[in-house]
Amino acid sequence: MDKVRVIEIKQSVFSANDKQAEELRKELKEKGIFLLNLMSSPGSGKTTTLTKTIAALKDEFKIGVMEADIDSDVDAKTIAATGAKSIQLHTGGMCHLDAGMTRQGLEGLDTSDVELAILENVGNLVCPAEFDTGASKNAMILSVPEGADKPLKYPLMFSICDVVLINKIDVMPYFDFDMEQCKKNIKMRNPNAVIIPICAKTGEGIEQWADWLRQEVRAWQNK
Amino acid sequence: MHELGIVFNIIDTVEDIAKEQNLTEVSSVTLQVGEVSTVIPHYLEDCWKWAVKKTEILKECKLIHEPIEAITFCEDCGKTYRTVDFGKTCPHCGSEHTYLVVGNEVQIKEIEAC
Repeated sequence: MDKVRVIEIKQSVFSANDKQAEELRKELKEKGIFLLNLMSSPGSGKTTTLTKTIAALKDEFKIGVMEADIDSDVDAKTIAATGAKSIQLHTGGMCHLDAGMTRQGLEGLDTSDVELAILENVGNLVCPAEFDTGASKNAMILSVPEGADKPLKYPLMFSICDVVLINKIDVMPYFDFDMEQCKKNIKMRNPNAVIIPICAKTGEGIEQWADWLRQEVRAWQNK
Repeated sequence: MHELGIVFNIIDTVEDIAKEQNLTEVSSVTLQVGEVSTVIPHYLEDCWKWAVKKTEILKECKLIHEPIEAITFCEDCGKTYRTVDFGKTCPHCGSEHTYLVVGNEVQIKEIEAC
């Protein structure tokens, strides 16, 4: 055996993924495709919110959705029923998508006729925050039953999001949910986060959210 | 299991370095893990043992873990404190205008190889 030597590396373990994510973001920018990475806990209403978002924007943008889950295709079927193009990604036990998997998903979706691609990440507030998917913008949904203290418990998720949707506001009277405290907790983690209270079921707040997304997609395409 | 994703990233990075520098065997990887990085060293170790067996040059590679203490700085009083003990709120003046200086990183410090 040759002489063993010590080689100094000093490199973040996320650097390989971060590099892939930057490359993907650049490619999408050149093609004029906006990629939204949507994250949340399981059961916060990602798919219901998406069906309402698609209904609000389908006449303006060609939309494609990637549904990432550990198993099943129930979400992709729900999205397909809206008329939008959709694909189900199985992570095979992995709790998040990284840039490489996102690229594969986009290839599977075929983005040649897509302007707004949406990645519904695996329901999880921990790991998806650590792996840059190459998305143009990051959004997350916090639903009322989860509680206003989540930004305190999952700091990284809230610190990387451009927009936070507070969903299921119709059930606020039944839960001990303090909206102002929740907003304060989010702003503490991320002063730049845009906060939009919504109810995906009744459609309340969806217009404001669709406005935000429309502006971001247009800015991305024109820049 | 995001530890598994991290392990795959470490292996990819080390394999790239090994290729660049014509290394044939990597005997250890020293990883610096911040206290508030959300990475659990014990899980990382289990994933590591499983994943390196699937590689060529890291088969016998040890994972050495070096913790990094997390420190937060307060913009209002200019003092620092241990993040793990006090979180976002400065224990000196009660301010929340604080930011993490060090402690959320996970980085490969060095490798031993031939």
